[in-house]
Amino acid sequence: MPIDKFELRLYVAGQTPKAVRAFANLRKICDEHLAGRYSIEVIDLVDNPALGRGDQILALPTLVRRLPTPIKKIIGDLSNTERVLVGLDLRPRRASA
Amino acid sequence: MAKHSSQRSEIAKARTGISGLDEITFGGLPAGRPTLVSGGPGSGKTLLGVSFLVNGAQTFSEPGVLLTFEENAEELAQDVRSLGYDLDKLVEQKKLLIDYVHVDRSEIEETGEYDLEGLFVRLEHAIKQIGAKRVMLDTIETLFGGLNDTGILRAELRRLFRWLRDRKITTVVTAERGEQIFTRQGLEEYITDAVISLDHRVHEQISTRRIRVVKYRGSTHGTNEYPFLIDRDGINVLPVTSLLLEHGAPDERISSGLPALDEMLGGQGFYRGSTVLLSGTAGTGKTTLAAHFVDAACRRGEKCLYFLFEESPQQMIRNMRSAGVDIAKWVAKGLLQFHADRPNRHGLETHLLTIHHTVEVFEPDVVVMDPITNLLAVGTTVDVRSMLTRIIDYLKTRSITALFTSLTTSDQSLERTETLISSLMDAWVLVAAELQGRRRNRQLYVLKSRGTPHSDEVRDFHFTSRGIELAPAHGTATSAPKTRRHAARRGK
Repeated sequence: MPIDKFELRLYVAGQTPKAVRAFANLRKICDEHLAGRYSIEVIDLVDNPALGRGDQILALPTLVRRLPTPIKKIIGDLSNTERVLVGLDLRPRRASA
Repeated sequence: MAKHSSQRSEIAKARTGISGLDEITFGGLPAGRPTLVSGGPGSGKTLLGVSFLVNGAQTFSEPGVLLTFEENAEELAQDVRSLGYDLDKLVEQKKLLIDYVHVDRSEIEETGEYDLEGLFVRLEHAIKQIGAKRVMLDTIETLFGGLNDTGILRAELRRLFRWLRDRKITTVVTAERGEQIFTRQGLEEYITDAVISLDHRVHEQISTRRIRVVKYRGSTHGTNEYPFLIDRDGINVLPVTSLLLEHGAPDERISSGLPALDEMLGGQGFYRGSTVLLSGTAGTGKTTLAAHFVDAACRRGEKCLYFLFEESPQQMIRNMRSAGVDIAKWVAKGLLQFHADRPNRHGLETHLLTIHHTVEVFEPDVVVMDPITNLLAVGTTVDVRSMLTRIIDYLKTRSITALFTSLTTSDQSLERTETLISSLMDAWVLVAAELQGRRRNRQLYVLKSRGTPHSDEVRDFHFTSRGIELAPAHGTATSAPKTRRHAARRGK
């Protein structure tokens, strides 16, 4: 089984409670499920507003899975681990979904 | 107290630069506030918004940001290009910034709390980059298809409009019209400053676009539905120019072209700037009488614009020559211009705008429309009357004397039209023909002439080698059959 490297970007705007929560949740999920094969880049749009266009960022926080392709986006504070895993393709979507 | 004018209390406005829209809104959209523009698919709302941005950037030194949520960016560029707007150039000059917001539900997973701060950041960044004073959001409701949490969406949209207001950005928000409401997602709940509704109706294969200012807080505005056009010059709204009937009433009189008819009209003909209805059954000489009127005007050195709704100019000129009225020479001299159009080629609004435009360019002293009854082919009686009211108002404000011919038939609807439109007319001349023995006897009389004494006589007239000639008064004149006179009076 090939081991994909996960290149993740977390878009936030300032140190809002939601942003802090999202980052904490993401770290936890990655350490549990992607140990050793992930990188997280945090992009603060307050500092780099121009970067919002490239990844079509609208909602914040937004987690973008740059790699492996295809690009996936998960919005929200990532508090629902199950859905984050589904969103990252680390867990199959339930048949009903 | 007299200074307590409505203008002083009126809010600041941002001109759209859209012909006619600034008139019906008395100056434009509320400056620094959002305006909702709602309409069905293809109603022109995007073009309205883009025109607002382009004119702002080009004419009013107000750069603009277009935030588009539509999926097809190329489509927008094409639509706009057909109007001759070069968005790329404006973008290059940093007078316009376009940001395509793309939301694809299939690639987004929602988990936990979020907000739309990313949208705010992008918008703010765009506004700052070019110093934008105007923003267009087209069509923000698309977000409802891309995101699941409508609770968050609604709260964020409310925040967005407040945010735009705080920054004093004049914003156009387009929205798709819902079944019974202005917008599918009820945006009118958040945007209460101004609401404009666009409508595109097709009636008997003739399309008509209409615009209405539904709401305009803190300002007076025209409440009617106004027809508008989308042509190569962009959006053209046709306001009713003189709602107040405040056009002047010149005392000057001009000849009808027939001295004998002038005599019947108190000796001097029609008032300049008045509107004359010339009605009669087929083949009674209406067009010939109109040609006399035109001929007389051109002799005075005045300019005439002749709208033909039935014949071609060549045909009309030839017929008039054989009737003894040579008007070809006036065409050659540039005093007479024809404009021939099949009524059913366009909707009434298009005709109205064409007439407007032609008058605007040619600046005539006299206008003839022959025959207005043909316009009924493209509109209901009410619509035709409304259109004529606008034309007449417009011509009167410019002191242009207008002659309308009207074909009377036994058809009920036409008679009704005549009844309806005659009240708009200052003078009404009737021509009729009836069989007397073995010949058709033509007669003419003045049914009404506002502000002048006029003859009660029914005068016979004939065609001669020099056009129409009225028989001497009290000569061979026969009194008109009572029934017809009665019928005619009923129409008043």
